[in-house]
Amino acid sequence: MKRRTILKGAGALALGSALGGRALAAEPTKVGFIYVGPIGDGGWTYEHDKGRLAVEAHFGDAVETMYQESVPEGADAERAIAQMALAGADLIFTTSFGYMDATIAAAQKFPNVKFEHATGYKTAPNVSVYSARFYEGRAVQGIIAGHMTKSNVIGYIASFPIPEVIRGINSAFIHARKVNPDVQFKVIWVYTWFDPAKEADAAKALIEQGADVVLQHTDSTAPQAAAQEAGNVITFGQASDMAEYAPLPRVSSIIDNWAPYYIERTQAVMDGTWQSVNTWDGIGKGMVKIGEISSAVPADVKAEAEAMITAIASGEYHPFTGPLKKQDGTPWLGEGEVADDGTLAGLNFYVEGLEGEVPS
Amino acid sequence: MMFRLEKRPSPSRFWAAVTPVLAVLATMIAGGVMFWLLGKDPFETIRIIFWDPLFHETFGPYSRPQLLVKAGPLILIAIGLSLGFRAGIWNIGAEGQYIMGAIIGAGLGLAVYPTESRLIFPLMVVAGGFGGWAWAMIPALLRVRFGTNEILVSLMLVYVAEAFLASVSQGLLRNPDGMGFPGSRNFKDYPAAHNGEILAGTGMHWGVAAALVAVIFAHVLLSRHMLGFQVRLSGGAPRAARFAGVRPARLVLFCLGTSGALAGMAGLFEVSGPAGQISIDFNSGYGFTAIIVAFLGRLNPLGILLAGLLMALTYIGGELASLMLGIPAAAIQLFQGMLLFFLLAMDIFTNFRIRLKKPEAA
Repeated sequence: MKRRTILKGAGALALGSALGGRALAAEPTKVGFIYVGPIGDGGWTYEHDKGRLAVEAHFGDAVETMYQESVPEGADAERAIAQMALAGADLIFTTSFGYMDATIAAAQKFPNVKFEHATGYKTAPNVSVYSARFYEGRAVQGIIAGHMTKSNVIGYIASFPIPEVIRGINSAFIHARKVNPDVQFKVIWVYTWFDPAKEADAAKALIEQGADVVLQHTDSTAPQAAAQEAGNVITFGQASDMAEYAPLPRVSSIIDNWAPYYIERTQAVMDGTWQSVNTWDGIGKGMVKIGEISSAVPADVKAEAEAMITAIASGEYHPFTGPLKKQDGTPWLGEGEVADDGTLAGLNFYVEGLEGEVPS
Repeated sequence: MMFRLEKRPSPSRFWAAVTPVLAVLATMIAGGVMFWLLGKDPFETIRIIFWDPLFHETFGPYSRPQLLVKAGPLILIAIGLSLGFRAGIWNIGAEGQYIMGAIIGAGLGLAVYPTESRLIFPLMVVAGGFGGWAWAMIPALLRVRFGTNEILVSLMLVYVAEAFLASVSQGLLRNPDGMGFPGSRNFKDYPAAHNGEILAGTGMHWGVAAALVAVIFAHVLLSRHMLGFQVRLSGGAPRAARFAGVRPARLVLFCLGTSGALAGMAGLFEVSGPAGQISIDFNSGYGFTAIIVAFLGRLNPLGILLAGLLMALTYIGGELASLMLGIPAAAIQLFQGMLLFFLLAMDIFTNFRIRLKKPEAA
C-alpha cells in the first residue's frame, strides 16, 4: 500500500527504473519460485509452496507470485530461472541445492532481480542463501526413534551425500545412541529428492533388513505408505507434517516453515532494503517446527522429546556438543565443545558408531 | 459399412511425410481439450507452447537460442540411434553412453586443469566420443559374441552409468574448492575446456554445430554410401541382406559404436557447455528423449533435424506455459506423450490402406 502511494508521486519514473526497470512502476511486486518437485509432493516442495501462498495472503494485491514446478537440476534450471526473470519477477526463490550454479549464472544476467537460493553456499550482490537447521529436528527424532525401536535397527532413506543430509544422519544417530546404546543405523542412498517408487523400495528394503523405524530425507509420502503396509514400523514426516499418516506409522515430523522468511524478504524488496544475506535458522526462530508427537509415543518419551525441543529453541543445547569422535575414532569435539557453523556447513563425515561410509 | 485395413505392399511415402504434421495437429486438439479441462484457455496455451518461444517480444530473443541448445544434443543422439534403428539394432541405452562420454571427456579436461591450450577442448570431444563408444561396445560385443539382447543390456547399462556418475561427482571429479559438496568444477570458469557459444547470443555452441554436421553425414551415408545401403537393407529385408553379403556382426558394431560415440560427444558438449559441470543429475534424460526424436523424424536425418527442433519447442514452450498459466508440469509431459502416441498411431496410414467394406448380406 505504502509503496503504491509513493510510486504515484512525481518520482515514479526515476524510482521505477531504480527498482529494476519495471515497465509500470505501479505494478505489484512479482515473486517467483522454482521448485524441484511437483507442488503436490506432500513434502519439500509442498511446504515451499505453502510459503508462496502465505506471501500472497500477507500482501494481497501488492504482490503477484508465480512458480514453476518439477524443474530439473541441470542445464534446464538456468533457463527456467531466466524465463522467470524475463516474465518480470523482482525476487526469485530457487528452492533446491542443485540450482546453485544456475542461480548464480542467472543472477549475473539479471543484476536488477534479487535471488534467494535455498541450502546452497554461493552468494553474490543480488543472491542470498537461506537454509534451515533441520539437524535440530533430527535430534528430536533420534530420541523418539531410540526409545521406540524394538529391533534396535533404524533405517534411514538418504537422498544425496551432501552436508545437509549427512548432518541429519549424524544428529539422529547421536541422539538415538544417547537413549539407546544398542541402536544401529542402516542408510540407503537413493540419489533423488523425489521419486515415490524408489523411496518406497528403499523403505521396504530397510524394513526387510529388520528396521522398525524408518527416517527419510526425501520428499514423498511413499515411505510412510510402505511402513503403514508393513505394520509395526514407525516413521516421521519429512519437510511437511504428513499428518495423514498419524498416529501410526508417523509419530512426529519435521516441518519446514518458510513463510515468515519469504514474507520478510518480499517486504525487503518492496522497501528497497533487500541485501544479500546468509540465513540459517532453526527451531528457535521457527523455521524448523516439530509436528505433533502422536499418541503412539509413550508419555515419558514424549516429555523427553519436548524437553529437547525447548532446550534447542532456547539455545541452551546444541545437537552437536562434544565429546564426539569421527567415525574413524579420531577426536572431533572435546567435552562440552560445540561444532561451529563452518564445520557443520561442510560436514562430510560420519560420527563414531555409524556403520558404512559416506559415498564418495 | 465397415472399415477394413489392407496392408500396403510398401509403406506410403506420402503418408510417411504427412503423418507427423497430422500428429502435431491431433496433439494440439487433444492437448487443447486437456488444457480446457484444467480450466486454462486452450488457444492461449497452444499459442504459448508453439508460438511464444519463437516470436514473443520478451521471451523470444531469449528462447530462440535456447531452442538450439535444447535441440542440439537431441539431434546428435537421435541421428546415431536412427542408423541402428533402421538396421533393426536397438540401442536403448544412449542415456548411459551420453553420461559416460560426459564423464570421460570432462574427466580429461579436469585432469589437466588449469592448463590453457587450444588442444584441450578438441581432445575432450574425442575423449567424450570414445567414452560413449566404449560404453556402447559392451552391448555390441555381447550381442556379437553371445547373442545377448542389446535392448536389455544397453538399457541396464544406463543405471550403471548413473551410479558411476553419482560416484565421480562426489569423489573423483568433485570440485576441490567446493567445500565437500558434490559436483565438479564449473567449466564456465575454465575457458580452455568451456564449450561456449560460437557466436554470442545465438545459442550456437559446438554441440549444435556437430549435430548439423551429423545430419549431413547421415544423409550422405544413407543415400550415397554402400554402408548406408547395407543399413537400410538389413532393416528392411534381413535375409536378402545376408545374401547380399552384409556381415551382421560388423553392422552391429558399426551401428552401436556410432550411436554410442555420438551420444558420448553430446554428453561432453552438454556438460562442458549448458550444464557447466559434472553433477549427480546433470543429464536431463536426453538419451531417452532422443529415441522419441528419432521416431518422430521417421529415422530420416532431415526429419530428425525438424523433430529435434519441434521437441525442443514443446519443452521450452511447455516451460513457458507452466510459468505463465500455472499449468502442472505433469500436464506438459502428457502433452509431449500425446505427440508420440499420435505419431505412432498414425503409422497405420503409412503401412495400411483403409478401405470401406460393404457389409455382407445377412
